[in-house]
Amino acid sequence: MVSIENLHKAFGKNQVLSGVDLSIKEGGIFAVLGPNGSGKTTMIKSILGMVIPNKGTITIQGHNIKNASNYRQHIDYLPQIANFPSNLKVKELIKMIKDLRGKTTEDERLIQLFKLEPFLDKKLGTLSGGTKQKVNLVLTFMFNSPLVILDEPTSGLDPISLIRLKDLIQAEKAKGKTILITSHIMSFVEEISDEIVFILEGKIYFKGSVSELKTKTNQPDFEHAIASILTENHA
Amino acid sequence: MLKILKYSFYDLMRSRWSYVYFAFYLLLGVVLLFLNNDLSKAVITLMNVIIVLVPLIGTIFGVMYYYNSKEFTELLLAQPIKRSSIFLGQYLGVALSLSMSLILGLGLPFIFYGLFKSTAIWDFSLLLITGTFLTLIFTALAFNIALSNENKIKGFGYAILMWLFLGIIYDGIFLMSLIIFEDYPLDKLSLIGTMLNPIDLSRTLILLKLDISALLGYTGAVFKQFFGTSFGLIISFVMLVLWVVFPLLRILYKAKRKDF
Repeated sequence: MVSIENLHKAFGKNQVLSGVDLSIKEGGIFAVLGPNGSGKTTMIKSILGMVIPNKGTITIQGHNIKNASNYRQHIDYLPQIANFPSNLKVKELIKMIKDLRGKTTEDERLIQLFKLEPFLDKKLGTLSGGTKQKVNLVLTFMFNSPLVILDEPTSGLDPISLIRLKDLIQAEKAKGKTILITSHIMSFVEEISDEIVFILEGKIYFKGSVSELKTKTNQPDFEHAIASILTENHA
Repeated sequence: MLKILKYSFYDLMRSRWSYVYFAFYLLLGVVLLFLNNDLSKAVITLMNVIIVLVPLIGTIFGVMYYYNSKEFTELLLAQPIKRSSIFLGQYLGVALSLSMSLILGLGLPFIFYGLFKSTAIWDFSLLLITGTFLTLIFTALAFNIALSNENKIKGFGYAILMWLFLGIIYDGIFLMSLIIFEDYPLDKLSLIGTMLNPIDLSRTLILLKLDISALLGYTGAVFKQFFGTSFGLIISFVMLVLWVVFPLLRILYKAKRKDF
């Protein structure tokens, strides 16, 4: 589905990714973990073509994405911070994205699911962080793309919405989609993901299931396993 | 690209500033025409206003729009749309809505005045064409500056400096150099000097057409002597087109390589 080879990216003198090799097969939920500033978002943005890598190749569904744009038709992306044009109404934004990407009827179901009806005529600038994140989720899930990339999907969500989000992600997985998630909430990651990709200092440090990670680090639970990787490498 | 253009255009059409800009030109046109009663004088006054004001507004709107629509741009970048379409669409959205304010704002009073019956219609059309060119040029330059500067304040500063330089300082330096080097043949220098500044170029272009030798100044006179009126018009038009094309190419080049 996605394969990354020898990906390098530096912002000025700050080397963020230094030789990422990763291949993600089709179907399943993959969690991308790592400390702050380890390059998770940079890697995701490279896959989306928003960040231009210094070196390395990324292929999605067998196509090299360099200088391409149509492959994004097959990706649903949830950005980390929901920065929307503040003078637009929720309804208008949804309509606009539909106009740009193609028809869908999923949006009505999602609006109902996240109880967004009362906000449809409000401007995006006036919404709270959590509500913005819900709008963000609607925009992401309303298209039926085989690859879904979620950057910190849980941020700002209340417990009920979080449960709905988990159900939604599982439902998408059941359709055979590949889902890439970054999160700092370890319980969420442990509950939902099939496989973990751990990035450290711009490289893939670990890739495998949660139980493999526990065996590798000799820790009884997931949270401590992650913590032990971090203390070993930053002590 | 057309969809992006449409959204940027509507976005600007909904903003108050487009109307303020439109109303300003409307007022200017009405005052100059109906209180002055001399069409060719009105055209000259308008020229002086357009040549300074249009670049300033193009610069400020261009920079402002780019920074204000950053979120929108990031949203678009994750969609299956080419980068070139996103940025060209936004650029054209700004440039066309500004040009429309200018053309409608000045055009309406002139139509009511009975422009179509007067002989000044070509002078007036040229004025609007030059104004549109200046809008296209300075919006493109502003987008260039904004693309190269992540920092809003810096971007604004550079943009204003650029306008100040091309609008005012350039002429000063140009004039000084003509005085200092007056013992040397300066025809070529002044020709090149005029071509390298879109504002000077527009001024010369309009004055050539109006054929007011008293206002032509040294450069204009050289221009006229060198190219003759019609050839001079063509050359300056070609230069104006180049002034649009090169900044646009740089926008595309920069946008392709930028990280978001």
